[in-house]
Amino acid sequence: MANSVSWLYLIIAIPAASAAVLLLSGKAADAWGHLLGTGASLASFVVAMLAFVKLLGGEASSESAMSLHQELFSWIEVGGFDVTFGLLFDRLSGLFVLLITGVGSLIHIYSIGYMAHDERRRRFFAQLNLFVAAMLMLVLADDYLTLFLGWEGVGLASYLLIGFFQQRTSAAVAAKKAFVVNRVGDMGMALSVMLMFATFGTSTFEGVDSGMEQVSSGTATALGLLLLLAACGKSAQVPLQSWLLDAMEGPTPVSALIHAATMVTAGVYLVTRSSFVYEQTELASTAVVIVGLVTLLWGAIIGCAKDDIKKGLAGSTMSQIGYMMLAAGIGPAAYSFAIFHLLTHGFFKANLFLGAGSVMHAMNDEVDMRRYGALRAVMPITFVTFACGYLAIIGFPGFSGFWSKDKIIEAAFAENVVVGLGALLGAGITAFYMTRMMIMTFISERRWAKEAHPHESSPVMTVPLMVLAVASVFGGVLLFNDWIGNWLEPVVGEGEHHELPLGLTELALTIMVAVVVLIGAGIAVRMYQRDSIATAPSADVSPLTTAARRDLYGDAFNEVALMRPGQSLTRGLVMFDNRGIDGAVNGVAAMVGGSSGRIRRWQSGFVRAYALSMLGGSALVVLALVAVRLA
Amino acid sequence: MSITPFLVLSGLLFSIGAMGVLVRRNAIVVFMCVELMLNASNLAFVTFARQHGNLDGQIAAFFVMVVAAAEVVVGLAIIMTIFRTRRSASVDDASLLKY
Repeated sequence: MANSVSWLYLIIAIPAASAAVLLLSGKAADAWGHLLGTGASLASFVVAMLAFVKLLGGEASSESAMSLHQELFSWIEVGGFDVTFGLLFDRLSGLFVLLITGVGSLIHIYSIGYMAHDERRRRFFAQLNLFVAAMLMLVLADDYLTLFLGWEGVGLASYLLIGFFQQRTSAAVAAKKAFVVNRVGDMGMALSVMLMFATFGTSTFEGVDSGMEQVSSGTATALGLLLLLAACGKSAQVPLQSWLLDAMEGPTPVSALIHAATMVTAGVYLVTRSSFVYEQTELASTAVVIVGLVTLLWGAIIGCAKDDIKKGLAGSTMSQIGYMMLAAGIGPAAYSFAIFHLLTHGFFKANLFLGAGSVMHAMNDEVDMRRYGALRAVMPITFVTFACGYLAIIGFPGFSGFWSKDKIIEAAFAENVVVGLGALLGAGITAFYMTRMMIMTFISERRWAKEAHPHESSPVMTVPLMVLAVASVFGGVLLFNDWIGNWLEPVVGEGEHHELPLGLTELALTIMVAVVVLIGAGIAVRMYQRDSIATAPSADVSPLTTAARRDLYGDAFNEVALMRPGQSLTRGLVMFDNRGIDGAVNGVAAMVGGSSGRIRRWQSGFVRAYALSMLGGSALVVLALVAVRLA
Repeated sequence: MSITPFLVLSGLLFSIGAMGVLVRRNAIVVFMCVELMLNASNLAFVTFARQHGNLDGQIAAFFVMVVAAAEVVVGLAIIMTIFRTRRSASVDDASLLKY
């Protein structure tokens, strides 16, 4: 039914080939490696744009023009088991591909400046290209198994890039942590693919979609929960959230690309793509909503207490993805808003991260906001672009985040008042911590370290910032005339409109959100603008602040509940192995050795002793014969 | 004619030979005792051949004689060699081949 094209593979192949060239060519490519990497990303963007235009053009015509499809080869063919490696560029993946290659290209350009002084810049670009290729694989797959390939690919690229500064122990540990936590989620992914094969005999989106209506509700729920587990791992949702904050050890462009705009939203993509699964299971959808709600508050609270600018943004990312998950869990009414928020978040969060990178670059890699202050004068471009991202994320009326977040809060209220209030509270907290970050970094008084000489970054870094700032401001146009809802309708289903509870109108709700945002921002201004900010965090704080500084004890919980018991179990097993199994094996060997040492003494060398035993033996044989004969 | 006396004699000779093998140290005497046991068994063979009235036992006795002759050749040679090196024919002295 899909429109078949032969050049879709280029979108993935170009960055993949570039990554291979950069990784294999060695020092020879040092001079031009970053240009090749950026060029590959841009070329991929151009191809994606062509595909997207083709899709736009076919909008009016028949069903077959809704998506582009390419079958590459038969991947696994064993008996009745047949997996075809195919790519699917439909309306949903099209938006993702544009986001990945578009924002990805901007971040590549930015990295040319950001990594200019790093002698391993070529390898950085190679890994960035590898990531882009894997991420495109993930969203272009037409089959859960192929998706899983990209899923693992981005996990690998994320691991490599978080640990890019491998000489730092903290970076190496953070990379390992991200990898291990992601493995838990991947388990869910692997199990869900197996379950699909067992139930439907296929794992293509099409096959699962058509088979979904016949399965029992138990299977549907299991499938939904397993996919949710996978999404939680990749998207840093509670309870698998702990890796994202540590992942900030990676270079800042990596945080912007992987841990803000693209990879961490893969979970939202997975849930949206699996809309046909969640349609069949109320329980799993509710679980998605709960995970989203808990995470959006969890991340927001952590964001309030972090002095490290990148960790503050990481908490914010968790929180915003919580919004997307929440919307994705609500169902057809809000899928398009989840994707809409995902796109606007991709713009403004990449913008904020790159802005933070620009500040760090200017301040000798200082990340502590308590050592910033009054940077608006020396870094005007960074300040203005960061402010655009800031206004977008808090949902200032007119900016992109306003449109997307408002829609999600509205959908949440329509779903359930408690969920709606949680989402509303999250918006207030978001306004608080972002205002705090803004004040501590760009306004207030100077608290710079003595050797700091901040300066505006070079154009190669500021131009991407400006582009992203413009996108952050005007990203809301996608909602114009409900374009995004109509666009995604063939993929995720038609969204029915829900009535708001408590007699609320949409306008009243919008005003409520705006008021809550203002209150949040106001509190931050009151707390941080009036008083001077100490250069060291105060120890005399409320228990909640202490908890938030320690990531709400997420790591402590993992350590107590999982790591320690795991270690005890391992120790127990090692002891059982040493004492029990090795003991038995060694014991038998020692027994045989000892007894044979004693038995061989019988070989005394005296002929007459042998003769006696022969005689005895013969006598026994004769006696035995006689006994048998007589019996 | 009863075969019992012959069999008793054969048993006596065999027992004497076996006892000699077990208690005597001199290799030559041990050797002679072995011959005694062989001949005791020969006596038993021919006795039973006589009783059954066929030649099977006689043939077996001939075979035993052949084996005994061959054994004497090898055995005496070994005893000679041991005596030459050790100046002793005691079987207990030649006990090096052990654990």
